[in-house]
Amino acid sequence: MAIGLSLDQIKRRYRTKQILKKVFSYFFLTLGALTMVGPFLWMITTSLKEPGAVFSYQKDWWQEWIPMTFVWKNYAKAWVVVPFAKFYINSIVVSVAITLGQVATSAMAAYAFSRLYFPGRDKLFFAYLATMMVPGAVTMIPVFILLQKFGWIDSYKALILPAMFTAYGTFMLRQFFLTLPRDLEDAAKIDGCSYFGIFIRIILPLSKPALATLTTFTFMGSWMSFMWPLIVMNTHERFTLPIGLAYFQSLHGTDWTLLMAGSIMMILPILLVFMFNQRFFVEGIKLSGIKG
Amino acid sequence: MMKSSTKETIAAYGFLLPNLIGFLLFTSLPVLASLALSFCSWDALSGPPVFVGLRNFVHLFQDPLFWKYSFNTIYMMLSIPLSMAGSLILAIALNQKLKGIVIFRTLYFLPTICSGVAIYMLWKLIYNPDFGTLNLMIAKIGDLFGLTLKGPYWLNDEAWAKPALIIMGVWQTVGGYNMILYLAALQGVPRDFYDAAEVDGANSWQKFWAVTWPQISPTTFFIGIMSIIGGFQAGFDPAYIMTGGGPNGSTTTLIYYLYNNAFNWQHMGYAAAIAWVLFVIVFIFTILQWRYYGRSVHYH
Repeated sequence: MAIGLSLDQIKRRYRTKQILKKVFSYFFLTLGALTMVGPFLWMITTSLKEPGAVFSYQKDWWQEWIPMTFVWKNYAKAWVVVPFAKFYINSIVVSVAITLGQVATSAMAAYAFSRLYFPGRDKLFFAYLATMMVPGAVTMIPVFILLQKFGWIDSYKALILPAMFTAYGTFMLRQFFLTLPRDLEDAAKIDGCSYFGIFIRIILPLSKPALATLTTFTFMGSWMSFMWPLIVMNTHERFTLPIGLAYFQSLHGTDWTLLMAGSIMMILPILLVFMFNQRFFVEGIKLSGIKG
Repeated sequence: MMKSSTKETIAAYGFLLPNLIGFLLFTSLPVLASLALSFCSWDALSGPPVFVGLRNFVHLFQDPLFWKYSFNTIYMMLSIPLSMAGSLILAIALNQKLKGIVIFRTLYFLPTICSGVAIYMLWKLIYNPDFGTLNLMIAKIGDLFGLTLKGPYWLNDEAWAKPALIIMGVWQTVGGYNMILYLAALQGVPRDFYDAAEVDGANSWQKFWAVTWPQISPTTFFIGIMSIIGGFQAGFDPAYIMTGGGPNGSTTTLIYYLYNNAFNWQHMGYAAAIAWVLFVIVFIFTILQWRYYGRSVHYH
């Protein structure tokens, strides 16, 4: 291929090729990014329109995408038309409780599985692992019946308790705890530190990245959770945001400006959580994908 | 020595207890209960469940709706290969040393973070046959070429509703988890392999098929199987929000059918039978997965 060309020519060809490749990559990536962001842009635009102006053929195509009017009162109205504030509070209470509960119980169980020895440990851990493949659909009906027996349907308890204990969180943290060095623990043991002391003062501080990952995943998952709240909740005032928004849609199905304003308000906290924890999020995907 | 070991056992169970109680109450027992329920007939209101043997399963396999919704479920999984191919191409593009790559990665991740009800409502609006932005765009592209193009009725059309959900699904997942897994896999391919291929005069295309593709095949396998496992259980949220399972049941998946049976029609036993069919399917794919990955999942 290079026969008959001087070194200079080869270099120049190589460089041109590299530049072309870069230009092509940027073009392709930008096009893709526009496809990803476009719908969100449209969401914002729609949320800022006059209710009557959502479906009007605009003169120029770009006016569909760039906000031309700023009807901020759509946002205020969304709070008045439905008990949005209540949905918000419900979602926050439920998501925070699930996240705290799941991280705490998972971390404790993971410590027992990774650092302590007790008879039947491996068998029990295998049972945990095995349940990770059980589809949620299998346990859904009996758990619903159980909650009904307890009289917990339509309460926070029905949303929080079943979601608080997961094999996944236990498994993920156990894998991480196994990678921690044992020297510190041994030293602490010699100093007479209790198991609980070791867990609180050594294991947890060393596991901040893994704990942050689990926290992020759990919070985002429970914030978006739709099917389970739909099944166990009946009273509108106790709805979380996702089912609240769906209920809003069934009432005001055609009021797209309000629906989009509500949607944006629902997404916002998740975006913030993601922005602050992006690093942990990516690590968590790699952890569960590669090591799991 | 014995004493400290007993102490350790007690401590261990102390740490395990909260999780273990939850695990028994909300996972172990319900699994057994749903198996028992699948052999019963029960409306959850009057009296206790009645044992009917295999009747639920016999009915299920004779139920034309079950087969229709199974077909829907599998049809919707077309989004898996499409999304995976897209994720891989994106990962390759993002694996280069370019400026602003972090910004791109975040933007591609946006639909994954924001998944859920808000996104389904947004796409319902996008797919609106008369005023949705998609059909407006199609019409405008037609105008450019002097044609009168009319987009399909999307969610209101039995034939187009599934493709509409697939397109949305690909948009939602293409830049998400799978792309990050692919990106990690690409970064794990040893540099030397590419150097060796270059010495042999391979072009980019050949390098991809000779080096990259075989090297990342475990990741492809992993993503594929996990997506299939997820795919069998998917489809409830978007269909509930966007189509209500319609038109004419064309977007109802197995999980939606289960939901209707259990919580709208109170056919608890029948719903449990559907759940166990799902479980068996998932189990088969999980075993497949473990045979490849098992060694690292088990004990170290």
